Amino acid sequence: MGDVILRMENIDKIFGTAYALRNINFELCHGEVHALLGENGAGKSTLIKILGGIYQPNAGRILINGTEVKMTGISEARAHGIGIIHQEIVLVPYLTVAENIFLGREPKTKLGFIDKKKMNAEASRMVSALGLDIDVTTVLDNLTIAQQQMVEIVKASSFNVKILVMDEPTSSLSDEEVEKLFVTIERLKKDGVSIIYISHRMDELFRISDRVTVIRDGTYVGTKITKETNAGELVSMMVGRTLESFYTRTYNEQGAPVLEVKNLCKYGVFKDISFTVHAGEILGFSGLVGAGRSEIMSAVFGADGYDSGEVYLNGEKLKIKNPAQAIAHGISLVPEDRKKQGLVLINSCRFNMVLASLKYLMNGIFKSNKKIDRVYDEYSRKMHIKAASPQIEVGSLSGGNQQKVVLGKWLATKPKVLILDEPTRGVDVGAKQEIYTIMNDLAKEGLAIIMISSELPEIINMCDRVCVVHNGDITACLEKDRLSQETIMHYATGGDVNEG
Amino acid sequence: MKANASLKKKNILLNNPIVNIIRSNIGIICVLLIIGVLLSILSDKFLTSSNLISVMRQITNNVYIALGMTLVIILGGIDLSVGAIVALSGTVTVGLIVNSGLPIGAAIVIGLLLGVVCGLISGVLVAEFKLPAFIATMAMMNIARGAANVYSGGRSTRITDEFFSSIGTGYLFKVIPLPVVYMVVLIIVFTIVLNKTKFGTYIYAIGGNRESARLSGVPIKKVEIAVFTIIGLLSAFAGLVLSSRMYSGQPSVGDGYELDAIAACVLGGVSMSGGKGQISGTVFGAMVIGFISNGLNLMNVNSFWQLIVKGIIIIIAVVIDSQKNPDSPINKMISKFKRTSAKKAA
Repeated sequence: MGDVILRMENIDKIFGTAYALRNINFELCHGEVHALLGENGAGKSTLIKILGGIYQPNAGRILINGTEVKMTGISEARAHGIGIIHQEIVLVPYLTVAENIFLGREPKTKLGFIDKKKMNAEASRMVSALGLDIDVTTVLDNLTIAQQQMVEIVKASSFNVKILVMDEPTSSLSDEEVEKLFVTIERLKKDGVSIIYISHRMDELFRISDRVTVIRDGTYVGTKITKETNAGELVSMMVGRTLESFYTRTYNEQGAPVLEVKNLCKYGVFKDISFTVHAGEILGFSGLVGAGRSEIMSAVFGADGYDSGEVYLNGEKLKIKNPAQAIAHGISLVPEDRKKQGLVLINSCRFNMVLASLKYLMNGIFKSNKKIDRVYDEYSRKMHIKAASPQIEVGSLSGGNQQKVVLGKWLATKPKVLILDEPTRGVDVGAKQEIYTIMNDLAKEGLAIIMISSELPEIINMCDRVCVVHNGDITACLEKDRLSQETIMHYATGGDVNEG
Repeated sequence: MKANASLKKKNILLNNPIVNIIRSNIGIICVLLIIGVLLSILSDKFLTSSNLISVMRQITNNVYIALGMTLVIILGGIDLSVGAIVALSGTVTVGLIVNSGLPIGAAIVIGLLLGVVCGLISGVLVAEFKLPAFIATMAMMNIARGAANVYSGGRSTRITDEFFSSIGTGYLFKVIPLPVVYMVVLIIVFTIVLNKTKFGTYIYAIGGNRESARLSGVPIKKVEIAVFTIIGLLSAFAGLVLSSRMYSGQPSVGDGYELDAIAACVLGGVSMSGGKGQISGTVFGAMVIGFISNGLNLMNVNSFWQLIVKGIIIIIAVVIDSQKNPDSPINKMISKFKRTSAKKAA
């Protein structure tokens, strides 16, 4: 490992009267990928914001190449070669790739107009320098999320970046896209860029990082060399206790078929989709992002239409036209993006919890506060939701608790089939385990569950069977004993990759 | 035990609707009180019962419309057609009675139905044809205003019928003007609708996050159409009461009513980005606007200056309101000051 390029010493940050960070130490070497690990709310983002000049620390110092620096603002941080890629894409959707990269510092012609030729040429040079294949004159909105993220990386590295922070860069990428990201990271490393990598996904950390620093509740727990540690040790460092078994799945006897889908087609999106899910079963849907998994479920739920095919619930043929009908029949969908699709963030936990089941909680034409309170109490207890009060804004909760509110909201509709789309995305390890336990309990009670997930370990360890989707088509339905990362990836990529 | 008892007490306080109304509107209530105190110092006529009753009567029209506007804005929309609907329903109702000799009841029903139809059309344009509410209702504003002028030939029509004029000029128990009675009834009805019914909850949900609402089985289109229809009806009702009070149907009335209604909402803390707001806030907002115009009248400030003052008050109120956000410049200044003084103390 190279010389130490960045050292953060004894950093304290106080919000109001509470310590958000206390005595944090962090060290980054030249050309190193250093993972920063901690549960949601542990203080990772706060630390990054201090490094990026967005927050000022109350105590401690930051040294770059051995000299103390003050990060008084974003521009200072940038001048010191620090680039940050946030979890959400912060580019302008309707500008081209080149325009985005040069936004605010466009090359000018003598007359003061933007020199498009020079800008595009420079931008394509930068893009290909990172080994990417993106046309810089494309409007950003037409790119995939993964490509947009690559543009973010190009943009950040165009500021002569020495230290690049990536905050959960893979949270919306498919496995294939993650591979591409890793190739880019390797290349940046070779160019001498040091990377701080934040992610909840253990397997990634072990693939990509040299060292791991764990923080918990705003305090420094320790730093490990990745090769010399294991997932169990890191998890116990993060949560302060050992998690005996992470995936709590006890398989049980399957019941009768509950939801049967036959030959569902939607032109250009998916075709000939047939599957059955039984009571007490967890059926997984795996595949690359964009393969059509979410679209299939969305059609079953009535949120989007389909062209042909049949849906049966308990043997009865359904013609669902909108989500309200799906809910009335007992089909629930926990959507992929809890902030955009799952919750009304500015409203209270109680409001959100009963939104989908409000119909059943009436007293004549008036809402029954008694019934609503009863439902809220029941599901907030079952889901272990940690909220100061039912009236608190749901947007102020941690990701894990928000997800549990969404789960509770859909369970309150008393579904027969529960469809979960990426139920643990952006959720910390502790909450993740709680969600797995809840899923297992629900299956035990006889609920039929469908889980879409891009996380292979979760799919393999939680599901009875897995349907693999490739390009809008189910390429395989794998039984429990055939589940492995290799097999799933084989079918997810079209089934002929491994032969080559 | 003691802690438990105090907690219980606190809960009772929190659940008390009046306490809640005061708590959630504390800013605007302070503004209202300050204006009240200022006006009673500046003018000895202000704090008389006859003046206060007349203020109440003056704000009624704005309140009728602002109640609907609150629903529309919480839904994430806006309605610019309200003033024109006021004119349309007033002129047509009066015209039908005076020129066509229709029975008063039938004419009133037709006048109100016109408002319903206008609102329904705007609602369908927004919900089914996905027009932005701003555009749909701006078009409706032109259509309704044009229709009022076409129908009346641009002239106002006088009406002397005693029953008709009693609608807007009568009194309950010889003290309370009837328009104030309608206003109180409507405020109660709309507070209940927004807080106690599924429909009200759905309005908040759609305005807060349309996609989440859709996936939660909320019938978005139905709710949208209903809300625009309701504000159409309320505007028509305002037009009816206004024409009765003026003893005439005038195609030019109602100009700028949409802005007064929006101002009342904004002053009352209804979020222009949707999802947030209360009827009580809007009512206080309308009262602030009413007090200001009344005070300026009492002090003989001319109406052109009144517009300028109104504009300034709205800016101040909204700036103050936006300071609830911890990232706002004023709050940053305050927290910086707190920090430096804490350091000095240490």
